[in-house]
Formats: sequence, C-alpha cells, structure tokens
Amino acid sequence: MDIYSILFWVLSVMAVGCALGVILSRNPVNSVLFLILTFVAISGHYILMNAQFLAVVNMIVYAGAIMVLFLFVIMLMNLNADVEPQKGQMVQLAGVISGGVLFLIILAALKTAATIEVNPTSTDIGLIGNLGKVLFKQYILPFEISSVLFLSAMIGAVVIGKKEPGQDLPRSEEKAVQQ
Amino acid sequence: MPVTSLHYLFLSLLLFSIGIMGTLMRRNAIIIFMCIELMLNAVNLLLVSFSKMYGDADAQLFVFFIMVVAAAEVAVGLAVIVMMYRKVHSVDINILNRLKH
Repeated sequence: MDIYSILFWVLSVMAVGCALGVILSRNPVNSVLFLILTFVAISGHYILMNAQFLAVVNMIVYAGAIMVLFLFVIMLMNLNADVEPQKGQMVQLAGVISGGVLFLIILAALKTAATIEVNPTSTDIGLIGNLGKVLFKQYILPFEISSVLFLSAMIGAVVIGKKEPGQDLPRSEEKAVQQ
Repeated sequence: MPVTSLHYLFLSLLLFSIGIMGTLMRRNAIIIFMCIELMLNAVNLLLVSFSKMYGDADAQLFVFFIMVVAAAEVAVGLAVIVMMYRKVHSVDINILNRLKH
C-alpha cells in the first residue's frame, strides 16, 4: 500500500461516514457540520488528483460560503432544537431500499467496466493558469452566460425574500397549527 | 491494490446514493436541500476523476460551472425556504401538500 492508496482510503471513509452523519443526525446544525467535513474530504480527493484550483474553490465556495449560509438560515429560524417530526418507519425504510437498489444496480452494471489506474504523477492541468487559459479561450460564452445567471439569481433571491407589506399571517399560522 | 478509476466511480456512486436516501428519508426542507448539495458534489468528484484519467482539463471546467450553478441555486432555494418559514412557521415539507386536496 503506497501513500496514495492510504490517503485515498482514509479520505473515502471520512467522506462516506460524514455523509451518513448528515442524513442520520437529528440536529440540523450537526448535519451542516458533517456536510462541511464531507466537503473537506472531497477537497482532499481533489488535491490527490492534482486539481488544486478546484480544491481551493471547493473549500472557499462550498465549505466557506454556502455552508455558512445554511448555518445562518438554521440559526435564524431557531431550528437547532430537535423539533422535526419523523417520517413513518415504512417511508424511511422505502427510502433506504430505493437508494440502496439504485446503488446496487449501477454497481452491478459498471462492475466490469474498464479500469484505468489513476496515475499519481503530478500534472499541471489542474493548475489555475492552465484552467484559466482553457476557460477564456474555449468556454468564454458559458462564462459570460453564468454571470447573467448569477445576476438573475441575486435579483430573484432579493425579490423572493422581500417582506410583503401588510402580511401578518394570522391565517397561515392557524393552518400550521391545524396540520 | 492500486487506486483505479472504478474506486472513484463507486465512491461517488455511494455518496450519490446516500444523498438520495437522505432526500427520501427526511422531512426538514433544509436537510433535503443539503442532500442535493451532497449529490452535486458526488458528481463533481466523478468528473474530476475522469479529468485525471484522460488528462483533459474540460471536465474540471464543467465542475467549475456546476459550482457556479449550485451557488446560484442555493441563494434562490434558501430564499424560498425562508419565505416558506415566514408563511407557515415550519420547514416541514409535509405541510406543503395543498395540491393534493
């Protein structure tokens, strides 16, 4: 076992274990922290595969910005108490079975696919200089379109999140109590 | 045993299946949203391993664009969840069944 395989297995166990922690922990704050650990493990995999730029972006954008946004919303709603009503036992069992069946089917279908050994020698395709050249030469149009997407998402988030005037929600609160 | 592309394939498949299980099992809208992020990251991991396999930078740019779209999606989705919480004072998705009646 060389160092590459050892790191691969350690990071894989960490990623899968923390992903299980996300869906099994009762407290939403614990789920967010487990998801951050999963992203850290995935960033470790990126570094193992010489994708340094993506590893850094994954840490900054996902583990930094997006998960802090999740944590902020959870704290804002005061959901860190364990108030989530559980689905029925049968529904949970059905969810686990359908996910497991999907896993087994694709596993069985791809078990005999061609294996190419991942070469641990270092390459420079994942460095920021090379990626920037490809991005601004071949993918300049999607890059510009994604900036428009960002702008529209920002405006959409502001419009959706804006408080409507005269909305004191006695009616909907009554409905929530009824349910 | 050397690490092959199949290892990365099955690791990302396992993460994707865990995301699907979480989406089907939980009732909290925020947890479901986080499971969707987990599935996106599983796909990203697979794309990066393919990029490493073939020595091609295009897959890594696809991962970059997936991250861009995920960030936009998170902003809008969390705004929707906050609005839902303001309306019904809960993030339980079983409340949102009015189309059934």
